[in-house]
Amino acid sequence: MKPTIIMRAAGAVLCAALAFAVHAKPNAAAPAAAASPNDTCLMCHSAADAKGPDGRSIAVDGAKFATSVHGSVNLKCTDCHTDASADKIPHADKLKPVNCASCHDKAVKEYGATVHATSRKGGNTVAATCIDCHGKHDILRAKDPASRTSHANVEATCSRCHGDEATMVKGKLPNGNVAGKFHDSIHGKALQGAARGSAPTCTNCHGAHSILAKSNEGSRTHRAQVVATCGTCHEAEREAWTKGMHGKLQQAGMLAAPECADCHSAHSIQQHDKPTFQTAVIDQCGNCHSEYLSTYRDTFHGQVTALGYAQMATCASCHGAHEVLPASNPASKVSKQNRLATCQKCHAKAGPNFASFDPHASRHDKARDPFYYYAAKFMELLLLGVFSFFGVHTVFWLYREVREKFGSGRRDERQ
Amino acid sequence: MMNIATGNPAAAATAGTAALAQRYYRRFAPVERVMHSALMLTFVGCALSGLPLLYSDKPWAATLARLLGGFESAGIIHRICAFVMIVVFVSHVVLVFARAFAGKGVLSILWGPDSMVPQPQDAIDVWNNFKWFLGRGPQPQFDRWTYWEKFDYWAVFWGMFIIGGSGLLLWFPVFFSMFIPGWMFNIAALVHGEEALLAAGFIFTFHFFNGHVRPAKFPMDVVIFTGRISEHELKGERGVEYARLAREGRLAEKETTPPAEEARWFGWVVGGTALALGIVAIFLIVYSVFK
Repeated sequence: MKPTIIMRAAGAVLCAALAFAVHAKPNAAAPAAAASPNDTCLMCHSAADAKGPDGRSIAVDGAKFATSVHGSVNLKCTDCHTDASADKIPHADKLKPVNCASCHDKAVKEYGATVHATSRKGGNTVAATCIDCHGKHDILRAKDPASRTSHANVEATCSRCHGDEATMVKGKLPNGNVAGKFHDSIHGKALQGAARGSAPTCTNCHGAHSILAKSNEGSRTHRAQVVATCGTCHEAEREAWTKGMHGKLQQAGMLAAPECADCHSAHSIQQHDKPTFQTAVIDQCGNCHSEYLSTYRDTFHGQVTALGYAQMATCASCHGAHEVLPASNPASKVSKQNRLATCQKCHAKAGPNFASFDPHASRHDKARDPFYYYAAKFMELLLLGVFSFFGVHTVFWLYREVREKFGSGRRDERQ
Repeated sequence: MMNIATGNPAAAATAGTAALAQRYYRRFAPVERVMHSALMLTFVGCALSGLPLLYSDKPWAATLARLLGGFESAGIIHRICAFVMIVVFVSHVVLVFARAFAGKGVLSILWGPDSMVPQPQDAIDVWNNFKWFLGRGPQPQFDRWTYWEKFDYWAVFWGMFIIGGSGLLLWFPVFFSMFIPGWMFNIAALVHGEEALLAAGFIFTFHFFNGHVRPAKFPMDVVIFTGRISEHELKGERGVEYARLAREGRLAEKETTPPAEEARWFGWVVGGTALALGIVAIFLIVYSVFK
């Protein structure tokens, strides 16, 4: 049964009277239950449909607050809402925004440098502040599984903006629905499964109060930092990458050298042994190695993988993945010394001749593959010759037969 | 309706009332008809199962590969068709020599009206045919094999060596690499695809036009399926052959029964299906080349 306005008024009067009695008798033993000054505030704010003069909800769930981290340390409403006072009711229509920094100065200072704070300063009105992630009166410790910022709930919390179409448009959020992409990624799936306790969520890569734009050199997701960030979990891959050519290039100062996300993506990371990933990552290699992608696509390997079947050799099958090295390096899987062994991974009985096949032969590169070049030229001429001759032959013939069959002045063969 | 019943509307229509009382002459032996059908079916099989690889970057290629049951199953279809085609080819060569030895001798393979080898008359025929196309001469008359039929024939021969040979290299690369260097497999892969494009592009357009669907034959010439050519067609298109057979007194020896109903239907249905599949393949190729 919903309390009627009269009941509510009666309750308020009762509370006020009680409060008055307590204040009036300072020497009396304080009654334990009624001691909280928050009750004064809740006289007006506890109703679920309580509204301020501007029509906005001013409801506060007192019970929820009591179990929140702030309630559990007996904070008073006025500890945060410093310009309100139980002595002066009603308070001003408009209170100042709460300043979390009065207690959490370190966190707020960190937040000030984040992409959320700088966007907000830049006029982005949807960029997250403390309450967008932590809530207001119901804030729980991150350790509490029910908290918005618990490991289990971070994804949902970030998704409120980064997975919400209206917010994404209004805030011009980068990369679109990253929350949706993440949810379907290997990490997102792991969070829904048995490994939910250890699988990474948004904050594991981005940080919490330290989220910076990836263009910021200090960001965990800056090109130069990504490998370290992913490497906190994927140590072996980080090691291999560091020793590989891509890692060496980055260490030599080439920022464009591929890091984890260039091949795996950031939010859509797929399981590496799934055919969809194995065939898609080939095109990622081709973003830089376009010439090699194009010649690979001329081979049986490349044609089958282009059709979506991953049973054939992909780039990584021969070159390795994180540890990729140029053929000139003796340690490379495709160096002269190691090439045959690499072929033999699939073609177990292959001999030395087999390994002299050029998996990147180019019909345009006379110096690299002279025989192939001339064979391609010959075939081009043959096709051109045959199709030209018979093309003309057929067009003329068709013309003649149409004239013979339907043309005027001819005998009507159809009777 | 009569067109369908006689199997060749052009011939039937042209012959008019004579259609019902046509004489027929044997043009292809039963073994040759079987070989053409086997070649036709395996060729279409190889083409359709190979096309997805040749155009693997096009969306339709993945769809076609899936329709064939995935690339492994497409590969199996390709190899079965290839194997049967090679068997047909080898049988044909054996047959040619066996007939020559039993009949007019090996030289008859190389020369004469029954030989598939191009002869000076073929060059003259090309010239005269072009003159006719352009309205500058009468329609030339041909002997048993026209120059475009000889071209078709040798194209298959050449294709069998090029595509068949390279295909075998690619089928058993580990074995063949015991004898030949790796770059030859690069060439094999290249010419296998290019020659296949040439073969499919040729058969599905020019051979279809020349042999089966040009206006004079439209919608379908089924002589290769029935083995029998009507007197009207023989006289009208292969006048030289008709005259020669008459001169040699062999017309009676060549005369045969009218085409069997089943053979005509086979030509119409199976041949027509191959024709349709070929045209689909050509559409896909042209679409891919010009897109």
